[in-house]
Amino acid sequence: MKQYEAVIGLEVHVELATKTKIFCGCSTEFGGAPNTHTCPVCTGMPGSLPVLNKKVVEFALKAGIAANCKVSRYCKFDRKNYFYPDNPQNYQISQLYLPICRNGWVEIETSAGKKKVRIHEMHMEEDAGKLIHDEWEDCSLVDYNRSGVPLIEIVSEPDMENAEEVIAYLEKLRCMMQYLGVSDCKLQEGSMRADVNLSVREAGTRAMGTRTEMKNLNSFKAIARAIEGERERQIELLETGRAVMQETRRWDDNKESSYTMRSKEDAKDYRYFPDPDLPPIHISEAWINDVCASIPELREEKQERYQKKYGLPAYDAGLLTESRALSELFEETAKVCGNAKKAANWFMGEVLRLMKEKSLEPEQLRFSPGHLADLILMVEKKEVSAQNAKRVFERVFEEDIDPVAYIEEQGMKIVEDTSLLNDVLNRILDENPGPFSELLGGKEKVFGFFVGKLMKELRGKASPDTVREALAKEIVKRS
Amino acid sequence: MSKMIDEETIENVCILAKLSLNEEEKKKAREDMQRILDYVEKLEELDTGNAEPLSHIFGDKNVFREDIVTNDDAREAMLFNAPRAKEWQYQVPKTIL
Repeated sequence: MKQYEAVIGLEVHVELATKTKIFCGCSTEFGGAPNTHTCPVCTGMPGSLPVLNKKVVEFALKAGIAANCKVSRYCKFDRKNYFYPDNPQNYQISQLYLPICRNGWVEIETSAGKKKVRIHEMHMEEDAGKLIHDEWEDCSLVDYNRSGVPLIEIVSEPDMENAEEVIAYLEKLRCMMQYLGVSDCKLQEGSMRADVNLSVREAGTRAMGTRTEMKNLNSFKAIARAIEGERERQIELLETGRAVMQETRRWDDNKESSYTMRSKEDAKDYRYFPDPDLPPIHISEAWINDVCASIPELREEKQERYQKKYGLPAYDAGLLTESRALSELFEETAKVCGNAKKAANWFMGEVLRLMKEKSLEPEQLRFSPGHLADLILMVEKKEVSAQNAKRVFERVFEEDIDPVAYIEEQGMKIVEDTSLLNDVLNRILDENPGPFSELLGGKEKVFGFFVGKLMKELRGKASPDTVREALAKEIVKRS
Repeated sequence: MSKMIDEETIENVCILAKLSLNEEEKKKAREDMQRILDYVEKLEELDTGNAEPLSHIFGDKNVFREDIVTNDDAREAMLFNAPRAKEWQYQVPKTIL
């Protein structure tokens, strides 16, 4: 059999995290009751006038600039015409001729190393409504809450070869959008969607094969399976002397196979033309500069800074910067307690452990970094045992309690009181002559018995280390 | 000589516009479209080499709104004109996804 390679390009739709829709003042909130977020504009009523949400342009610029794109100083919207009930205007407002950003790239990292994936363009457009099939009456029901929610479509060049690269690319985009605050990119809620264009060719050849477009990919796992399935299907066709048809296919993740949605014969002619309702956009140098200045430190720079400034291992720096929310909590904790390494240890250990245990996302964390910092400082000053500190942190993590007050209340605070320790030590040894002589006779287990008794008597007023040390000294003294 | 509108073009436009025309109507549509193309051909006599493409006639630019929610739940008014509705949704013929 011949050797084949896949050539993959992606069209990624990202829902922008604006409060309102792209052309009207309806809320974009996810999960509202059907049609509660609709108005004459987003339901395509005749005579209604769309007015562009400025934030959409800002977010698109942020995304484009972060992905090294060239900004079109002059851009406009076009109408893409098609009939479908999820599209009440019978056209989608999109950008064909002058998209807002072009010619960018992002760097991805896979087991094969680092690689650049080029971005062909990014454009702004509106989302469509949602259709649900009604089995009962054998009809379809339409909810236009999502109609007019702003999207950017990010079109890559066909620079990827396998599922690993595709997932690395998607994770890169998702992380970037989250850091920029332009989208939460949740695949499950559809705020990030990917269509995969794939063709195969004989390894080493330059000419492109016929490509197919795959839709309905709702998770990274589904994307990986769909890519593998489509690659196999196309190779099988070529090996048996048949041709790949240019078509759009829909992936069915339950059946782990795809089927034809529409082929080239009835391919759509969208008859794009400039939208006369929406005046063009001029993007000034000053506007671009403002947006550049508002771009925060992104993950790669942060990772590097954590390694250089805080001396953290690359692995820790990677995990701590996976989300902007987590990295911000970490940095604040490190700043307050003045010890980045100790703070990193707490995040890598307890914070990540509890997040996993309670299936929480970084954005859902509610503890204040100052409280964790206080706790770290108390452990450092040996004012609380490491074991107790972990227990206290669970309460900080869940209820954001003040650890200093809590430790006092619970009598967990260690107060090194030497005279008290000596009094209690002598009294306990005198009261237990039997076990003590066993201890002097070399029975080491009895050591633990005395430490336990002392700790109980001192009720956390001394650290176990101090107690052990004092007991050992006393044994030497008395033997 | 401008491009001739042929039978095939009319058929294609009918599919795209979801129109079903009878032979008489098709003939009429073909003549109308031909007249449009002939008119555009006349415009092409002008030398527009130095003119910027015009997409909007008013010359406005950067018309924006702020990202503030201004609309409430208006389901009742919105669905008032719907030919059929069910559970606050528009009811349409079965559409294959």
